Amino acid sequence: MSEYKLPPYARAMGMEIDHIEDGVPIIGMDFADRTQGRPGYLHGGAIGGLLEMAGYAALRAELERQGNDARMKPININIEYLRGGVKERTYARGEVLRAGRRVANVRVEAWQGDREKLVASSWMNFLLAAPKEA
Amino acid sequence: MNEPVEPRKPPFKLPDGMTFDPQNGARAFVKHGHTGFLGMQYRAHGEDWMELAMPWREDLVGVEETGVLASGPIISLLDNATSMSVWTRQGIFSPQVTLDLRIDYVRAAVPGKTIIARAECYQIRRSMAFVRGVAHDGDVNDPVAHTAGIFMLVGSTEWTRK
Repeated sequence: MSEYKLPPYARAMGMEIDHIEDGVPIIGMDFADRTQGRPGYLHGGAIGGLLEMAGYAALRAELERQGNDARMKPININIEYLRGGVKERTYARGEVLRAGRRVANVRVEAWQGDREKLVASSWMNFLLAAPKEA
Repeated sequence: MNEPVEPRKPPFKLPDGMTFDPQNGARAFVKHGHTGFLGMQYRAHGEDWMELAMPWREDLVGVEETGVLASGPIISLLDNATSMSVWTRQGIFSPQVTLDLRIDYVRAAVPGKTIIARAECYQIRRSMAFVRGVAHDGDVNDPVAHTAGIFMLVGSTEWTRK
């Protein structure tokens, strides 16, 4: 996988590539005031932002594997919040269910200490647009 | 399968039935934590709706080459505006958590423009509040995103076993 740099928003939020698992980047984000919603808990938007970054990273890795140079454009996301995110590091990993000619369907999950206890689960759909002319 | 929600104490304590003043409440709320970091601002409200703004900022960009805002901050803005629309409709603070939130990105936001979220609580029951809204960058009739979601009113007696 080529060098993948997270966008400014992700870096500002303290997100980073924690490690690579089966070719898929796992995104990590430490708890901080900038990620906090109600006192002591992660903000739902911070969780959403983390899920999206993991979704992008997983899809990008899959497109590279396929040699597909399409541009990823987000269509939509649906987030289920399963439990409150506490003052711990949060991880997210995306799984590309299908990257076709027109769209890609991606599942993304986030967890903290115990990987079996998900903080949030989501699906994202991406438009795979033709690359801009060089 | 998800476990049924267990009765539990509200996750944080606000005085029961404390009156929610949408304007001052929202202004105080957006100063702290994640909302403060994103620079959210109160704009307006009505009986069952809330409007928040979030100025464009370089460090919130999702695509460095174009300056288009990341969608994460838009999720956060819509989450807060929809959540506050519930309190606005209720007129009181009551503990709530997001059950789910769906966002359709109908177009890219214009770089440099403030994002405005307008959200309404269109239905409220004993334990759930149903919300929807849009995010736009100046023209409410030309949104960048639509949202629909549900908040769980975790202080509800619906889960109290006798």
